[in-house]
Amino acid sequence: MNVEGLFFYLFSAIMIGSAFMVISSRNPVHSVLFLILAFFNAAGLFLLLGAEFLAMLLLIVYVGAVAVLFLFVVMMLDVDFTEMKQGVLKYLPLAATIGVIVLFELILVDSVWTIAPSSIASVTTPAPPGMTNTMALGRVLYTQYVYLFLAAGFILLTAMIGAIVLTLQHKVGVKRQDVSAQNARTPAEAVEIRKVPSRQGV
Amino acid sequence: MAETGWFLALLITLLKSVVLLVVLLIFIAYVLYADRKIWAAVQLRRGPNVVGPWGLFQSFADMLKFVFKEPVIPDGANKGLFLLAPFVMGLLSLAAWAVIPVADGWAIADINVGVLYILAVSSLSVYGIIMGGWASNSKYPFLSALRSAAQMISYEVSIGFVIITVLLCAGSLNLGDIVNAQDSKFGLLGWYWLPLFPMFVIFFISALAETNRPPFDLVEAESELVAGFMVEYSSTPYMLFMLSEYVAIITMCAMMTILFLGGWLSPIPFFPFTEVPGVIWFLLKVCAIFFLISMVKAFVPRYRYDQLMRLGWKVFLPISLVMVVLVAGVLEFTGWGAGMAQ
Repeated sequence: MNVEGLFFYLFSAIMIGSAFMVISSRNPVHSVLFLILAFFNAAGLFLLLGAEFLAMLLLIVYVGAVAVLFLFVVMMLDVDFTEMKQGVLKYLPLAATIGVIVLFELILVDSVWTIAPSSIASVTTPAPPGMTNTMALGRVLYTQYVYLFLAAGFILLTAMIGAIVLTLQHKVGVKRQDVSAQNARTPAEAVEIRKVPSRQGV
Repeated sequence: MAETGWFLALLITLLKSVVLLVVLLIFIAYVLYADRKIWAAVQLRRGPNVVGPWGLFQSFADMLKFVFKEPVIPDGANKGLFLLAPFVMGLLSLAAWAVIPVADGWAIADINVGVLYILAVSSLSVYGIIMGGWASNSKYPFLSALRSAAQMISYEVSIGFVIITVLLCAGSLNLGDIVNAQDSKFGLLGWYWLPLFPMFVIFFISALAETNRPPFDLVEAESELVAGFMVEYSSTPYMLFMLSEYVAIITMCAMMTILFLGGWLSPIPFFPFTEVPGVIWFLLKVCAIFFLISMVKAFVPRYRYDQLMRLGWKVFLPISLVMVVLVAGVLEFTGWGAGMAQ
C-alpha cells in the first residue's frame, strides 16, 4: 500500500468516526467540535485529490468562520439536547428515507451506470498542465462562468441585506456612541475647573 | 528503492522541522525579553536584569518556573477540553511556520497556496481561545473568549483584503513567488510597502488586533477581565497560551516581511549587501517590525471595545475594499500585473 492510500483511509476513518460522534455525543459543544474535526479531514481528502485551493477554502470558510458561529450559538443558547432527542423516534422514518435517497445517489455517482453520459465529459476536466490549481479555477470562474459567478454574488448580497433588515431594530432608550460628537468635544466644554476653598468643599 | 526514498524524505523533513522549531523557540525567548526591555526603557525602568548577564536568561527562568508549578484544574471545568485548548493553540501557531520561507527556498513545505494556509491556520487559533474560555466553566473567561473571537473574526476580514491586493500585484499564492516578485534593481524601493503603503499600515494595525496585542488587548484587559480567557489556567497550560501568543506575533511579523518588505531580499541591491545570507535580512526585518509592535504597546492607550469594532468594520474594511478595486483596476489598465505576462 502506498502512502497516499494510507492517508486516504486514515482521513476517511477519522471523518466517518467524527461524523458519527457529531450526532451521538451528548454535549452539543462536543458535537460542534467533532464537526470541525470532520471538516479538517475533508480538507485532508481534498489535499490528497490535488485540490489544495479547495482544501484551504474549506478550512478558512467553514472551519474558520461558519463553525465559529455554530459554536457561538451552541455555547450561548442553553439547548437541552436530551429534551430534543425525545422526539427522535417520531422523525426516524423521514430521516431514514432521506438517508437512503442520499446513499442511492452516491452509489449512482460512483457506479458505471450513468443517467446522462454526455454530462460526464464536462464534469471531469483536469487542470491544464503547468498551471496551479488556483490559477485554473480562476481562469474558468472569471471568464466562462463570470455571469453565474456574479449572480451567485448578488444572491449572497441580497441574503445578507435581508438578514440585516430582519434583525436590525433601533431600540429607543439605548445609549449609543456618536464618534463624531465625541471627537468634537473640547476641554473647554468637557472639563470644569473650580477653585475649591479650603475646608468647605465644592 | 522507492520505499526508502519516501522514508528518507520524511526523515529530512522531520529534522528540518526540529531545527526550525528549536531556533524559533529560542528566538521567541529573546523576543519576549526584548519586548519587556523595550517597554521598560520607554517607562525609564530597567526591565529584567537579574538572571544572567543583563537578564538575558530571564525567559528561560520564567519557563522553568511555569513548568515546575502545579497545574490547577477547576472543579467544574470540562477537563478534556480545558487541557486540549492550550495544546491546540500552541500547535496551530507553530504549524504556520511550516510554509514560511526564511530564505530563498528555505521553507519546510513550499506549497502553492502558502498564503491561504497561513490565513487558515491563523483563523483556526480562535478555537483555542473559545475552547479555553468555555471549558473553564467560569463567567470571566467565557465573556473574554467571546470578545476575543469577535475581535479576531472582524480583523481577519480586512487582513484578507490586504493580502488580496498583494496577491494581485505578485500574481501568485506561493510565499516564495511573492518575495521574488518584489525583486528589482531598486532594492527596498521596489518592495510592496511603497506602492501599497496604506495597505501596509492597515495590515500592521490589523495584525495587532488579530494577535490581541496592545492597544487592542481587550481580551487580557487586566483591570476588567483579569487575564481574559486564561484566568483559570496555571503552570504549563498557561505557558503554552502565552507562548503561542508570541509565536503568532512573530508569524505576523514574518508575514509583513514577506508580503511588504521583500522577505529575504537585500534592501540595497549591490555587491557587499547582496552577498549577506538571506536569512539574516529576514531576521533583521522581523526584528524591526517587532520593535515597532512593542513600541506601540508602550505608547498607545487601550481602545474601547466599540472603538475597536468601529475601526475594523467601518474604517479598515471599506478602505481595503476600495484598494482592492483600485489596485486591480490599475494593474488591468497599465498591464503591470504579473499574471498578465503569461
